[in-house]
Amino acid sequence: MNVIEIVSIIAAALAVSFGAIGPALAEGRAVAAAMDAIARQPEAAGTLSRTLFVGLAMIETMAIYCLVIALLVLFANPYAG
Amino acid sequence: MTSPLEITPLFFLGPVPITAPVVVTWAIMLVLTLVSILATRRLSLTPSKTQAVLEMLVETIDGQIRDTMQTDARPYRPLVGSIFIFVLVANWSSLVPGVEPPTAHLETDTALALIVFGATIFYGIRIRGAAGYLKTFAEPSWVMIPLNVVEQITRTFSLIVRLFGNVMSGVFVIGIVVSLAGLLVPIPLMALDLLTGAVQAYIFAVLTMVFIGAAVGGEAASPTNSHLQEQKQP
Repeated sequence: MNVIEIVSIIAAALAVSFGAIGPALAEGRAVAAAMDAIARQPEAAGTLSRTLFVGLAMIETMAIYCLVIALLVLFANPYAG
Repeated sequence: MTSPLEITPLFFLGPVPITAPVVVTWAIMLVLTLVSILATRRLSLTPSKTQAVLEMLVETIDGQIRDTMQTDARPYRPLVGSIFIFVLVANWSSLVPGVEPPTAHLETDTALALIVFGATIFYGIRIRGAAGYLKTFAEPSWVMIPLNVVEQITRTFSLIVRLFGNVMSGVFVIGIVVSLAGLLVPIPLMALDLLTGAVQAYIFAVLTMVFIGAAVGGEAASPTNSHLQEQKQP
């Protein structure tokens, strides 16, 4: 195992772990805000939850990007030979 | 461990390599077509159980399209409904032993997202006309033209990566857990996978509606907003 492979594995772990922090906090805030809104206005729960799902998917995409970057570094690394 | 980014061909059909996702995709298409034909063969005014379930499904999809796009659901029902049902069945096809969901490979997701991309342009031009559709790129002002063009590409790309990342990570995690722990341990993860698959199918369909709705301008077409625009005109 050469230096590039070791660095790749560390980089993949760092990408996923730090990349998950932001989306996790953001999803927490989004769900909290949606719960607040549903508690105030239960009759709007349908619209709110649909918007929430789409918003969560948008936020989650950031974490998925990090995952894909990690996979690229691990499996499609152009420098690993 | 094999890379989730590359696939090996199963067999060759002449010069064309055929991979496992292609076979599974065609099998799903065949099953869906057969089920649709069989289920709609005897439709009646007093619905049977199968027909009632079908009508409920179509009603739900119609309601979602109406709520999201603020317009008549009929022109978009075939596309959005097919995309939703296909992605759902494809995500859940991992329940069949030995089958890997085709959406866990980048190629299937790219094909689906390109269909959505093409449909956005098609419906936009059909409803607004070519000039009217091009004019939507200059909203709210001409400064936004480069950003709007870039947005078309990036949102298609994120549609690809979102579905691929979610389904593939589920398959990958189950593969790792199976190699570590064996028999009954991966079952909760597989249940979570079913939930993720359903949510992702729903989100893919909703985003399809949102993109097409933005292209055809569903807000302006709805009756409540059209009189507002008429008031704004003079």
